[in-house]
Amino acid sequence: MKYELVAGFETHIELATDTKIFCSCSTAFGGAPNSHCCPVCIGLPGTLPKLNKKVVEYGIKAGLATHGKIANISKMDRKNYCYPDLSKAYQISQLYAPLTIGGYVELSSGKKIRLHHIHIEEDAGKLIHSHGDTYVDYNRGGVPLIEIVSEPDIRYIDEAREYVEKLQQVMRYIGISDCRMQEGSMRCDVNISVRPEGSEKLGTRTEIKNMNSISNIMKAMEYEYERQVDLIENGGKVVQETLRYDDATNTTSSMRSKEDAHDYRYFRDPDLVTICVTDEEVEEIKSTLPELPTEKYKRYVSEYGVPEKDAQLLTKYRNISEYFDKAITDLKKPKTASNFIIGQMFRILQTEEDKEAFDVKTTPEQLNELCKLIEGGKVQNNLAKSTLDKMLESGKPCTEYISEEDMAGLDDSFVDDLCRQAIEANPKAVEQYKQGKEKAIMACMGYVMKNSKGKANAQDVLEKIKSMIS
Amino acid sequence: MGYIEKIQSMLQNGEISCVELTEKYLKAIEEANGELNAYVTVTPEVALEQAKQVDEKIKRGEKLLPLEGVPMTLKDNISTNGIETTCCSKILKGYKPIYDAKVWAILKKNNAILLGKTNMDEFAMGSSCETSCFGGATNPFNTDHVAGGSSGGVASAVGGDIAVFGLGSDTGGSIRQPASFCGIVGLKPTYGAVSRYGLVAYASSLDQIGPITKTVEDASLVYDVISEYDENDSTCEGRQGEPTYDTLNNDIKGMKIGIAREYLEGVREDVKEAVLEAARKYEEMGAEIVYFDLPALKFALPVYYILACAEASSNLGRYDGIRYGYKTEHYEGIHDMICKTRSEGFGEEVKRRILLGTYVLSAGYYDAYYKKAQNLRGTIIKAFDDAFKNVDVILAPTVPMTAFKSGEATSDPVETYLTDICTVPINIAGLPSVSVPCGFNKNGMPIGMQIIGDKFKEGKILNVAYKYEQACPENFKDTKWGVKL
Repeated sequence: MKYELVAGFETHIELATDTKIFCSCSTAFGGAPNSHCCPVCIGLPGTLPKLNKKVVEYGIKAGLATHGKIANISKMDRKNYCYPDLSKAYQISQLYAPLTIGGYVELSSGKKIRLHHIHIEEDAGKLIHSHGDTYVDYNRGGVPLIEIVSEPDIRYIDEAREYVEKLQQVMRYIGISDCRMQEGSMRCDVNISVRPEGSEKLGTRTEIKNMNSISNIMKAMEYEYERQVDLIENGGKVVQETLRYDDATNTTSSMRSKEDAHDYRYFRDPDLVTICVTDEEVEEIKSTLPELPTEKYKRYVSEYGVPEKDAQLLTKYRNISEYFDKAITDLKKPKTASNFIIGQMFRILQTEEDKEAFDVKTTPEQLNELCKLIEGGKVQNNLAKSTLDKMLESGKPCTEYISEEDMAGLDDSFVDDLCRQAIEANPKAVEQYKQGKEKAIMACMGYVMKNSKGKANAQDVLEKIKSMIS
Repeated sequence: MGYIEKIQSMLQNGEISCVELTEKYLKAIEEANGELNAYVTVTPEVALEQAKQVDEKIKRGEKLLPLEGVPMTLKDNISTNGIETTCCSKILKGYKPIYDAKVWAILKKNNAILLGKTNMDEFAMGSSCETSCFGGATNPFNTDHVAGGSSGGVASAVGGDIAVFGLGSDTGGSIRQPASFCGIVGLKPTYGAVSRYGLVAYASSLDQIGPITKTVEDASLVYDVISEYDENDSTCEGRQGEPTYDTLNNDIKGMKIGIAREYLEGVREDVKEAVLEAARKYEEMGAEIVYFDLPALKFALPVYYILACAEASSNLGRYDGIRYGYKTEHYEGIHDMICKTRSEGFGEEVKRRILLGTYVLSAGYYDAYYKKAQNLRGTIIKAFDDAFKNVDVILAPTVPMTAFKSGEATSDPVETYLTDICTVPINIAGLPSVSVPCGFNKNGMPIGMQIIGDKFKEGKILNVAYKYEQACPENFKDTKWGVKL
């Protein structure tokens, strides 16, 4: 029997606010243990939380970017559990009335992974085990998080990868998080179950925690899918439990079963007032959002005729697409600019971090200027390419490298003459071309290009020669 | 004239220096505290240092700020930077906060003289001060009797004149009940009028800090100073409207004073008689007494104990021995350490309420208890809202009885909870209420009545209370203890 995978994600994303969610301590990553702490975030008796407005704003941005509905009224709740990294023995979170409801993430196939909701909450501190003792560092305690809870809409491991990548991409676009899984600023828990293909009923699910990269998520899901299928095929039953993924052995192991699941005793936090957001405020935040990658991608492909693969590369990071958008101002063929970016610029921006930063010396205006020379027929591709390499190195405009003379257009009759000469000089090639060997004509082309010092427009030349021969 | 004004004019006129005055109080504490057990920490260095500054200021000819130079005390659940704040619990013994509660920051800025921290029921849970790990404070009128609770230490100190005023906290009556037992004035402000920042939480949606004083003027003066807006407490709005002191002496002719019939049920005869006598006094002053029904009151006690315990179970989760306070000596592993620390560190009443609160919030019981109690809270709020459409203030007993003898309270917890019946509805509805002495029983123990107002109507209830104080000064009596000015 074939089994279908059913998976949903709970994704925690640390928000890139300067200060913590309930106090004014720094959220900077690292720092000496307990150096970013105050009476509030270490939960001293009598202290009270004060909600950081930026956190609400960022949460709303996340909701809008995933097509969710922003709740006009939302509330903070206490999630009670006792663990040393949690200084108050409760986490301030949202259960009964989260900040945003619904929404979806659209995959490249057009399939929508629905979201249940997004809520805001505080992070816990960290335990550090050393020399047989355990120490607590509360620097991370109170760092703001959003939790994005999806519906169980994922059916393939590839969809899971794309879902996480899309979330990462969108959240980075709107500037609310750097979403670095290795640093823990993005963390995923996966709920996973299997069912016989065609069945509508959901199987018993397990929850996998503790995965710090997309490849680990995929490996863990694969392992867990196989484990559950094996179990069922051998007459066993999946037990609802929380699993820990072990990177080294590529296996999952049980953290706790349903029986000893926590009873979090959620209730409204009486220390915080209701969060009220008006439609006007939502509209205002919406107006600050950049165009999102999916929309950009669609625009590039349908309006600019950029190939899909290139459009994906251009929209992967906000900086690239913004650069591209500026570089194509008033261009007839935006593809010229995209070729330069993906061809030559990506060559010098090798790592993903470099691409994300997209820190190149040539300004989009300068690239635009170069592209316009090509469109005006004043500069040919080869010359433009070598010019761009120099520009990228120096940061100077193209006019530094291309002279007036270079740019002076060729007289049409002069090109005609050259074409005629080329045909005369290559009788063999002309003959072959007439017999149907298309490529043979390149010999004539070469002659013209060489004698025009590369300034003739290749496309024009080709057409001229063809018409002369026939 | 209230005690605060009197002291400030003595200081300003040079009749006594602030250091001399402070020393007087410190000496009186030394003499009386053995029996009253009002103070759990005395802070002579802090007090004298502040007093010196006040004297210098007077020498420079500067005018005193409100409450400046006035010796006072804080309940031991109000955070004081560098000064032990124990909530009278073994689990917090030795704990010195590293920050000041907002109210203490205000008082410090105004140079009020902190004599020390005062006794209370452990984590403010109790009605007699006897759940304190230091033993209970006693009643200055008769030390065989309790001072009441939970702010028993403040009431005992102020009633015994070893502090001019004090700040207590009131979650279900903890300011008003001991004030009533000790024959003094206690104001529980509107929820949100005074910052809770730095008040060690018992039940966050009910807790409110307020003054305990010997006179209504003093309560008014203190309230006007501490009711400052505080951005660090999201639920704090601060005082609304003009200072209450400005309207203390307003005429109350034509004012409608309501008496809810339910408030007189189950109240001891002597208490009821004293309250009705006060109502007659008000009629003489030209106020109109309006009787009405408030059936929602019958829900108040169960609603209170469900909500308060639920919040307490969460608020007290942080005492685990890891960061501060008591930690058990012998343990195996973190789980064992936390269990033993909490078992050994908390007293019986606190444990009882944590268990109750954990139960009513747990899966499967939440709807039946917590959620239902929240809904009924809405009903009670609405009932008071409606009542205030017809009356200006409500007059009621503060406690259905007078101070009981030490040891009598703790035998049956549910019986003890019943003493809160008149006070808890006010916390549930978030209203202001002031308890004022209105007579004595045949054994000479004080009886108190409360004047309840609509939200942020502190000015009005203090005005009504002040008029009574003017008309019946005989109910405001000194005891044998402390400093006589």
